[in-house]
Amino acid sequence: MAIPKSTPAVAAAAAIEQPRRRGRVSVQRVRAAWLFLIPMLVVLAAVAGWPLLRTIWFSMTDASFSDLTTYSFIGLENYLVYDNGAWYGVLADPVWWQAVWNTLFFTVVSVGLETIIGLAIALTLNMQFRGRGWVRAATLVPWAIPTIVSAKMWGWMLHDQFGMINHLLLTLGLIDAPLNWTANPELSMWAVIMVDVWKTTPFMALLALAALQMLPSDCYEAAKVDGVNPVKVFFRVTLPLIYPALMVAIIFRVLDALRVFDVIYVLTSNSRDTMSMSVYARQQLVEFQDVGYGSAASTVLFLIIALLTISYLYLGRKQFGGEA
Amino acid sequence: MSTQTFWTRRRAKRYIGKAAFFLLIVAILLFTVFPFYYAILTSFKSGSELFEVDYWISQFNVTNYASVLDQESFVDSIWNSILVSSMTVLIAMLLGLTAAYALGRVQFRGRAPILMIVLGVSMFPQVAVLSGLFEVIRAMNLYNNPWSLVFSYTIFTLPFTVWVLTTFMRQLPKELEEAAIVDGASPVVTLFKVFVPLMGPAMATTGLLAFIAAWNEFLFALTFTLTNDQRTVPVAIALITGGSQHELPWGHLMAASVIVTVPLIVLVLIFQRRIVSGLTAGAVKG
Repeated sequence: MAIPKSTPAVAAAAAIEQPRRRGRVSVQRVRAAWLFLIPMLVVLAAVAGWPLLRTIWFSMTDASFSDLTTYSFIGLENYLVYDNGAWYGVLADPVWWQAVWNTLFFTVVSVGLETIIGLAIALTLNMQFRGRGWVRAATLVPWAIPTIVSAKMWGWMLHDQFGMINHLLLTLGLIDAPLNWTANPELSMWAVIMVDVWKTTPFMALLALAALQMLPSDCYEAAKVDGVNPVKVFFRVTLPLIYPALMVAIIFRVLDALRVFDVIYVLTSNSRDTMSMSVYARQQLVEFQDVGYGSAASTVLFLIIALLTISYLYLGRKQFGGEA
Repeated sequence: MSTQTFWTRRRAKRYIGKAAFFLLIVAILLFTVFPFYYAILTSFKSGSELFEVDYWISQFNVTNYASVLDQESFVDSIWNSILVSSMTVLIAMLLGLTAAYALGRVQFRGRAPILMIVLGVSMFPQVAVLSGLFEVIRAMNLYNNPWSLVFSYTIFTLPFTVWVLTTFMRQLPKELEEAAIVDGASPVVTLFKVFVPLMGPAMATTGLLAFIAAWNEFLFALTFTLTNDQRTVPVAIALITGGSQHELPWGHLMAASVIVTVPLIVLVLIFQRRIVSGLTAGAVKG
């Protein structure tokens, strides 16, 4: 970003500033800072803080979506309750545990693939070649496309009868009969992962590329002079140097993947084989109208993500505790 | 081994290397662009052509586009999306700029915790506030109204805007502000007369990223609106159905998809450098 250099007059003005005056000014500035922050904090409290508290409260009630005004407090029964010789509640629901497992599987596999493919793309884009700007621009395309649209686009390409992917695989002789990508329990999760990897790899690639472009070139020159194998250079020099930036990107993507909703909802709707924690919670809330139970599931998901966020903030706290 | 064969082998190796690199580039381009290209290709087909797989655009049949744009509710949803996204950006920008000035330029106690809260909110799973937010929206009488989306979208656009603008705000030189203070400018004047003009590029970046996020949002839009004329485009597209569940009008769907995506792609390609810097400011530095 272009920042105009300070003019001599500005520098002179700064120099004559009195220390006594600065004290008064800074008190005024701190007061102004709080006044500036209040609207933002009020809005965040209204859209995030309060609704979250209400959700946690609802999770201990039997509220229904059609009427949120009449309900009774039932404690932790939505989470887990022992009644008549059987366990009930979110934590006793095998469908919930299936959703937990699906979400974790989705997160680990998608983020893993995105990292590897993203790194490969970033390393390629880090080379000098003609048309590099165009290729970099092209990698932004999937990222710009709404998730719903990419889910529908891939839904069409993966169509069991008329899909281009089945056609391609049949033509190449890799399969004998068309596959039902989105409905076959063994394939549907992979279909979801495929779409997500396609959509979010650019994000990973761009962040990795930004990290690569900040690397000092002297290590590489030294390695080149010594004739070190490029693969070795990558694992011994490049990867350790971009590791911190890559980790931040991975954590961001993991937190994002854990709350995945739209790609799964649109591609495979409420199928149990791909249902994520968010899809489960929304189904309970809106479709089954069970706000108490759905809120309990949402709260568990919130706790999982909060725990991860707190550990991330704790690990990254040095980065923004510092100077103004 | 003679010198000559050594040289030809070296040259051959170099050509193979070049060819492999070229193939890698082609693979990257195919991977990123092909699905959208295929959607465009499909959007120009109708009738039985739809069910024949081919890889080139052979005809420009715009009937799908015509019939999609002929649907009043789809046009309504485009307007809703434009309204919701631009209002969301406007609000996030206004609140974000003042907050970013306070967080980026003034040192005071409690700054670090506020930054952490802001970052924490940006990681909220949306579904965790769904029932609470639904109640608030009902109470404000905004259910089935695009304004409910403007309100709820601040949950993800505002933290992001504050965060990125704070990062950019910190990079501006101190002298400017000191000069303004010496001249007796109040913090409000300092912010809007000194900083805001310099924040142009940063504001364009954050604004665009927030716009894209609001344009693409699905969960709140699906839950807080009920009728076709109040929906936004992602929901409108998700809910396009045909005669039966297995008989989706793929041509219409792809035409609608292309319509809502092309403006975004054009914007992203124009601002691509800025977007990269905005994404890295939002993630890596944060």
